[in-house]
Amino acid sequence: MSGVAPAEPGMLQTDERVPARVAEAFLLVVALVLSVGAIWMVGESMVGGLPPGFWTYTLGLTGLALALHLLLRFRAPYADQVILPAVVLLNGLGLAMVLRIDLEDARFATPANAGRHFMWILLAMLCAGVLLWFLRDHRSWRKYTYTAMIAGIVLVMLPLIPGLGRPINGAKVWIFIGPFSLQPAEFAKIAFAVFFAGYLVTNRDTLALAGRKVLGLQLPRARDLGPILVVWAISLGVLVGQTDLGTSLLFFGLFVGMLYLATERGGWVAIGLVMFASGAVLAWSIFGHVQRRVDIWLNPFDPELITGASFQIVQGLFGLAHGGMFGAGWGEGMPYLVPYAYSDFIYSALGEELGLTGLLGILLVYLVIVERGLRNAIAVRDGFGKLLAGGLAFVMALQLFVVIGGITRIIPLTGLTLPFMAQGGSSLLANWVVVALLLRISDNARRPSALPMRGQLAGPTPHEVGQGPSGTGALPVAAGAARDAVAVPGRSANPPGESSFGPPAGPADGAAADGAAGGAETTVIVDGPREGGTR
Amino acid sequence: MSELTFTLLRLGYLVLLWVFVLSAVAVLRRDLSGPRQPSSTRRSRRPEMTSAAAPVSTPTPVAGGAGGRAPQPRRGPARLVVVAGPLTGTTIPLTASAILIGRAPSCTLVLDDDYSSSRHARIFPQGGQWYVEDLGSTNGTFIGEQPIQGIVPLAPGVGVQIGQSVVELQG
Repeated sequence: MSGVAPAEPGMLQTDERVPARVAEAFLLVVALVLSVGAIWMVGESMVGGLPPGFWTYTLGLTGLALALHLLLRFRAPYADQVILPAVVLLNGLGLAMVLRIDLEDARFATPANAGRHFMWILLAMLCAGVLLWFLRDHRSWRKYTYTAMIAGIVLVMLPLIPGLGRPINGAKVWIFIGPFSLQPAEFAKIAFAVFFAGYLVTNRDTLALAGRKVLGLQLPRARDLGPILVVWAISLGVLVGQTDLGTSLLFFGLFVGMLYLATERGGWVAIGLVMFASGAVLAWSIFGHVQRRVDIWLNPFDPELITGASFQIVQGLFGLAHGGMFGAGWGEGMPYLVPYAYSDFIYSALGEELGLTGLLGILLVYLVIVERGLRNAIAVRDGFGKLLAGGLAFVMALQLFVVIGGITRIIPLTGLTLPFMAQGGSSLLANWVVVALLLRISDNARRPSALPMRGQLAGPTPHEVGQGPSGTGALPVAAGAARDAVAVPGRSANPPGESSFGPPAGPADGAAADGAAGGAETTVIVDGPREGGTR
Repeated sequence: MSELTFTLLRLGYLVLLWVFVLSAVAVLRRDLSGPRQPSSTRRSRRPEMTSAAAPVSTPTPVAGGAGGRAPQPRRGPARLVVVAGPLTGTTIPLTASAILIGRAPSCTLVLDDDYSSSRHARIFPQGGQWYVEDLGSTNGTFIGEQPIQGIVPLAPGVGVQIGQSVVELQG
């Protein structure tokens, strides 16, 4: 099922034209103008002219962004058109800010390194391109479900190995191999998303259907609690062993979120929240370093802390305050006063120079990316793809919450970085891989597949869905897709009677392609409302 | 650079940033309100009408369909609609193939309903007529108040009760 070759565009017997991706091109131009403009303004205000490396940065970013755009035209023509420009914009803004703090080096000797950051951006974009080129169908990753689990656990544990990991500012989330330092948790995030998607798509019925209702919440049976307990133990282990609330919150939240996506049972969310809260309180009452983090969070202005432990967060808050509504302007603030303003605290640095207006704009760009991920999860037709896209989008949203919540003192500060903006190779690479996956999934979701699938007649129109010889039904994947496709809109706010499905304009590429035994006569895959797309 | 130019640039930059955000949101909106757009509605409607005539206009290789490929009856019902139950409003376009209803994920219409069986009932066309068949469900399949026995012809507009849901064929 996983090896099914996806559609060859030439075989499409459809009146749908391949989208020209005009919207993407337009947004990309705006994003590049904004990025180049930011770098130029940084130079103007810092060195009174073009900053060093201006042409390298701008031409490199423009070139690779356009290359990715062209690659999408050929390799994933139906992919979402907003994701790429949004991510390029975030990268450009991040690069400008890192460059801006790098230029301050002469005076303050912070180790920001714009050249290195730029190199990582290029590398990450190349990786995304390669992945998009070679990965033709996200479903092929389903067979790596348990490989991904092992990879994820190994990656999480790596920083705990003596000699390889080294605590930086108390959190052991880094590993050092020669001159390179990596944050393996960023990659573990993807591995776990793949594992949870594969695991839940197989086992969700047990997790969803069994159990009884208590106070309106469907609670699962005690014996089905195994997996959530294991993930809970791992994430608590991370919290205790690596002193990192962020990573631990990320993994546990990812699992609970995907569990909810897979089962639609609020009971799991309630259980997850209670488990995490009790675990966190327990860790707080036992371990000194956790208590210290909480102290910094609750009383950052304590005179004893403000010069030491909470200096960073307080300076970040001052920076945000200095930025005010419209910001100081590129290169005019003092973000370099905040330690790690180019990585962990890039959000407060941007807040200082772009103000609340700019910050909200940036947050909305992130929100758009997350929305596209969730939208693709609804639109894609196989259960694995749904869970993977939903999980990746959710974990990005959760990471944003953890990072920005930490900087703005909603939750204790953690060592996570802002995706796409903060300096740091692992974060950039991992998040570009996420983007490539989302783009691939969205291409599969939106492709109007008229293709004669296994177990499907070669219909004269693309609209005769999944009619197949009897006996070819669907694998659990396909079945899951059918289940989702039918179940999701039913639960949405569509007024009764309104056909929320419409004719299946793009039939069962995903699910029917998986077709095999199962016993259903046919599987008519009904889609949510997704016509038009963003073309 | 003078103070004024700089301020203008600074604010202009923010404006351009929001232009990006709003254009991205506009693209999203087009996606969300897709069905309301006349062009896309027309595009998606057309095939539905042609699908009935399709077997005539383009003879297609038929690879042993379910019980022989029964041609889509002209002016017959075009879709199966859930009119009661948790999935109310769900529509499945009818093709020449059978629709399996039940709780099993492999069903065409998957009911999340403790009162329905895994493979509860089947609705299928034969000779220009649609039939409903109970597949040995625990709680039975009802037309009106009557549990159905064996295979029963199903006319459009007649509600079939399966668990907590009622489905019917519509024109």
